[in-house]
Amino acid sequence: MNGELHSLVCLKVVPKSEEVSVDRESKTLDRGHARSEINPPDMNALEMALALKDRHGGRVSLLSMGPPFVAPMLRAALAMGADHAYLLSDRAFGGADTLATSLTLAAAIRKIGDVDLVLCGEESSDGATAQVPPGIAAWLDLPQATYAHSVAFDDTRDHILVVREVHDGEETLDVPLPAVLSVKVSTNEPRFMDTARLVCLRANDPVTTWTAADLDVDPGHLGGAGSPTSVTGLGEVAGAGSGRRREVLKGTPEEEAHLLYERITEFLRSAGMPARGG
Amino acid sequence: MIDPAYTPAEATGIWVFLEHDRGQLAPVSLEMLAKARELASKSGAILTGLLMGHELDAIAGEAAHLDLDRLVVVAHPLLDAFTAEAYAHAAREVILRERPDILLLGATPYGRDLAGRLAVTLRTGLTADCTDLSLDAANGLLLGEVSGFGGGILATIACANHRPQMATVRPGVFARTEAERAAAAPIERVEVDIPASARPVTVVARHRQERADISRADRLVVAGAGARGQLPLIEALAGALHAEIGATRVAVDEGWAGRDRQIGQTGVITHPKLAIVCGASGATQFTVGIDQADLVVALNSDPEAPIFEQADLCVVDDLLPVVRALVAEFESRGEGAP
Repeated sequence: MNGELHSLVCLKVVPKSEEVSVDRESKTLDRGHARSEINPPDMNALEMALALKDRHGGRVSLLSMGPPFVAPMLRAALAMGADHAYLLSDRAFGGADTLATSLTLAAAIRKIGDVDLVLCGEESSDGATAQVPPGIAAWLDLPQATYAHSVAFDDTRDHILVVREVHDGEETLDVPLPAVLSVKVSTNEPRFMDTARLVCLRANDPVTTWTAADLDVDPGHLGGAGSPTSVTGLGEVAGAGSGRRREVLKGTPEEEAHLLYERITEFLRSAGMPARGG
Repeated sequence: MIDPAYTPAEATGIWVFLEHDRGQLAPVSLEMLAKARELASKSGAILTGLLMGHELDAIAGEAAHLDLDRLVVVAHPLLDAFTAEAYAHAAREVILRERPDILLLGATPYGRDLAGRLAVTLRTGLTADCTDLSLDAANGLLLGEVSGFGGGILATIACANHRPQMATVRPGVFARTEAERAAAAPIERVEVDIPASARPVTVVARHRQERADISRADRLVVAGAGARGQLPLIEALAGALHAEIGATRVAVDEGWAGRDRQIGQTGVITHPKLAIVCGASGATQFTVGIDQADLVVALNSDPEAPIFEQADLCVVDDLLPVVRALVAEFESRGEGAP
């Protein structure tokens, strides 16, 4: 690593998932009534980057793709201790699948330049595919370490040791920089923003907005037009639970427990999992 | 549009990435094979298993008896431990040579790492974390069903012009079959060139933890946020019923149960006969993981909790007295034994 550590955190602003519904008529997502938030795992990635800055110095950049209303949320993230934010905002970016999304983010990271460590949340709460971090790494031809719990620098500071979660435990990876990390959700406690810093930001706004024209990318590779996959159908999970009996058992706690006991043992018998000795 | 690596007309066959560890095939690989066989018999496609690693003779011998038409084995010393970079490098070479129409991988940490990287290097589309797969009756395209927004929304996704059509499949969504070949499938060993620079990452340590697999448990007792302070009681109920413990995300974040016991969108999809859900509010992110239960019992002190919409038997009361009495009933009569 040459000079100071430069970390870049990818932040996605998502609608609060419990507030999104499907418009049954148009078969489109109704996000109109949903409030927005920064994807929770991305906040863990931000906290990891800020903790590295606390320990090793350097600076933290933020990168997000989304409509202009995302900018205030980036300012809140800046007030936590990041140094500069880049917002990719253009209708041409809309409708991107993971290939076009990772391509766009990678192009921005290339343009920002001198990034040692790209940090993302493990997955987004809306799409939950976890495919963008490996995609960014592939576009940039950088090594990747996903589902990371912790990062430590080795003596030379040109490698990191990453402890990450895999299917049956943890593994420690020795990863040369620059590299792309995805950070396991809930792995740390994101800090509060510094309100004094927020006031200071208002005077000197460090949010740079870029459109498609600012990136060195073929416009045909962006957004929905550049996405090999397309949504052919959309629906709300309505069937789930609709066949349930929803029978309420009432009484004192003891009576409720007794009714439950009878119904459960009867069910287990009928399901071929009979009582003792069966 | 980015140019495809090869066209639909050049593509043929269904491939399944066979993930393995310590000589064992991952359950999700066997589940995907069952589904892939169903798709292959509809389309007449050849079903190929892709096995990658180092010193694979034993597991290749075993895999050749799975329900597949051919087994492609890619062995190389730099594939001895999984790294996304080396695996994607080797897989890309093989895919470009063999040109499969469809490539399925498990939505496990390794499968997702490989799929996300490989899809970009192949310049193709990836439908991630599918909960169902089918073929479009009109054009034969692979249709992947995915859930978003915590499982409340289902979308069907297709990849029309780029190949291979890649999808990752969540563990536990398909049932594996016992189908086996009496005679081993032909094994084709494919040589790949992997330069040392294609494996920049080194696995320096591996800590295995015993992980519970609750995806196929018959009986589950599930702790939600409302089970705060009641964990010993929940465990007693699970003990009395010989049930496995499951947990909502909140309960796992609180440290009441391990991440391996988390049920739902970001956890495990379960298939129990009986699920007793204690103190969960019933967010869709969670309930997608118990949808397939035969009988759902919900206990919650809040009569408005959405979990009651998803339950067969509902008790609106404080957990403590009800669960304590229920444990006493099972313990005194022993009726919970399997």
